[in-house]
Amino acid sequence: MPLLFELFFTFAKVGLFTFGGGYAMLSLIENICVEKKKWITHDEMMNITVIAESTPGPIAINCATYVGYKQGKMIGAVLATLGMVLPSFIIIYVISRFLDRFLEINWVASAFQGIKMAVGILIIDAAVKMLRKMKKKPMQIIIVVCSTVAMIIISVFSLHISSMILMAVAAIIGITVFMIKEKAGKEMSKR
Amino acid sequence: MIYLDLLIGFLEVGFFSFGGAYAAIPLIRDVVQSRGWLDDEMLSYMIAISESTPGPIMVNMATYVGSLKGGILGAAIATSAVVLPAFLIIILIMVVLKKLLQNKFVNAALSGLKPCIIGIILSTGIMLVIKNCEISSSETMNVPAICLTAVMAFIYFGSRKLLKNGISPIMLICISAVVGIIAYGI
Repeated sequence: MPLLFELFFTFAKVGLFTFGGGYAMLSLIENICVEKKKWITHDEMMNITVIAESTPGPIAINCATYVGYKQGKMIGAVLATLGMVLPSFIIIYVISRFLDRFLEINWVASAFQGIKMAVGILIIDAAVKMLRKMKKKPMQIIIVVCSTVAMIIISVFSLHISSMILMAVAAIIGITVFMIKEKAGKEMSKR
Repeated sequence: MIYLDLLIGFLEVGFFSFGGAYAAIPLIRDVVQSRGWLDDEMLSYMIAISESTPGPIMVNMATYVGSLKGGILGAAIATSAVVLPAFLIIILIMVVLKKLLQNKFVNAALSGLKPCIIGIILSTGIMLVIKNCEISSSETMNVPAICLTAVMAFIYFGSRKLLKNGISPIMLICISAVVGIIAYGI
């Protein structure tokens, strides 16, 4: 299959099975684009996740555009993004036109009860995979623990604190630690 | 004109929605309600629909509102508008990415950002499981949900350990839908 078609259909498949937002989709993309098709490496996947989180827009779109552009330049990016959007576009359009009480349909509601459980598992799976491959230095470990605890506290007490603030703090910590290390390195070499 | 309104409204959502759909919901509410497109009740219904259908939540919302207000053309315009900013930003970043990654300060910032995002994702997953199972108080605890989640997690992670390829995420979604229909629908 020509690459461009493959990009389109692969992301259409991802789009069709993305439930409950972008995080669960990370497991799908990792499974397909990293493990099976080897379009990108795990490191790149981690970079996309960071970029996607720090730029506006749905994470799924960011990922599709990135992989599409890397494999097929501009046309690839357009096709991958289009593929990502198309299944849900069709489904939502049909629902909004013809199904007034979509969520009250018994089997839809119960299927979704089940899918919600899978989504939780997939999100944890994505995080665990990233955790395994993360450099385990003290700074990294401290930031993972702190941001996990902070996010749980934020959502338990429904505080209005954006995760962007946590990310800004983490970036500043990263730069500060780097500068301290660099300074210490220079002083060591002076002696 | 409704088409132009949809375009501008959802470009705004696409450009300023940092940190995923849930963080963007207040922004979407603002855009949608200031134009009188949806009332609060309709908005919550639409969020529920967007969550329980495939696809990125924000894109689903754009398609839904666009379709209600401007038919198929409205849906296409709203969806393109919400996608466009993310698309352009990523293209822009990819063009300069290699140089960007050579910068030592960018790398230093990334070294802090990566673990932070892993934490955010991990906590989101944990909170979702807790919410689904209603573990927060012992009275409402949803024992069947806990059991089903545990069994599915066991099968999913177990199969990945034992078999070379294991159960794929897509397979897990399919299994979970069937499990849901059997457990709750019959």
